[in-house]
Amino acid sequence: MKHTTRMVEVRTKVLKENDVAARAMRERFRRDGVFVVSIVSSPGSGKTAFLERTLVTLRERYRTAALVGDLATENDAQRLARSGVPVKQILTGTVCHLEADMVSRALENWDHGPLDFLFIENVGNLVCPASYDLGEDLRLLLFSVTEGEDKPLKYPTIFNTADIAIISKMDLAEAVEFDLQAARQSIQAVRPGMEIIELSSKSGKGMDRWIEYLIARRNEV
Amino acid sequence: MHELSIALSILDIVEEEAERLGATRVTAVHLKIGLLSGIVPEALQSAFDLIKEGTSFAAAQLVIQELPIIINCPTCAAERPIESIQNFICQTCSTPCNDVVSGRQLEVSALEIEAS
Repeated sequence: MKHTTRMVEVRTKVLKENDVAARAMRERFRRDGVFVVSIVSSPGSGKTAFLERTLVTLRERYRTAALVGDLATENDAQRLARSGVPVKQILTGTVCHLEADMVSRALENWDHGPLDFLFIENVGNLVCPASYDLGEDLRLLLFSVTEGEDKPLKYPTIFNTADIAIISKMDLAEAVEFDLQAARQSIQAVRPGMEIIELSSKSGKGMDRWIEYLIARRNEV
Repeated sequence: MHELSIALSILDIVEEEAERLGATRVTAVHLKIGLLSGIVPEALQSAFDLIKEGTSFAAAQLVIQELPIIINCPTCAAERPIESIQNFICQTCSTPCNDVVSGRQLEVSALEIEAS
């Protein structure tokens, strides 16, 4: 039997299933009036401290909850639970990022009541989460002054997919001789027009500007 | 390192399409990857070669076409490549721009198949 090879056009998105799941969640969030923020960062950038402070601040006026992705431990979720808002952990096992269906499954059977804000803390990783839409309204990238000004140039893809950059641990900026101007330039080089907010979760300086920005973005929806 | 899970998704697509097309053999899988997709082509190639072994698609070669990042430059009023992934400025006029029109793709574009 003679075989002939032929080329057939397929044009199928590799992440189509993730995209479909993300779209369905986005529609649901919109219907329920929930503004969803996902947070990506390196390990140790101060993500949990930042989120804890954010949750405590918002709690007074808004119904808020958080989903926390972590490889193996529940330490972050336990710490965040102290803020008094509903917190749920997603243990990803060996998976280095969250995918839309993991978020979707975590939301099932979770009775958090009506929400104004939902935060999704991704696994600490500046590579893999870039490719996965989680149905969020805002993707926030957090990096700390201890990581160096050129971090955006090392991880341009994830910086480019983010909507806002938060520079954390500003209380340590002087001690580590952090060059804020250079950091801002690096961010603008890989993501022109990106909103940048510097703050310290420890002292609270800069938090008010972040909360103002967040509420303004929610009101736009 | 999420190229392994991406490779598995590609294999799922190949399996689905091969069945739909009545292919008896798949000799090549053509993939388009934008430079802004977050995928490292070499890592994906290795991952695909690893997981195809022992499947009915062991003969399939993964052929990767990398696509540049193209922006819609407001100054040139035209689609232009950017300077580099570390510098989102128009290659022609140096205007900073983040209006990306191409470069995020991650898709199986075509299959080379044999059908009886």
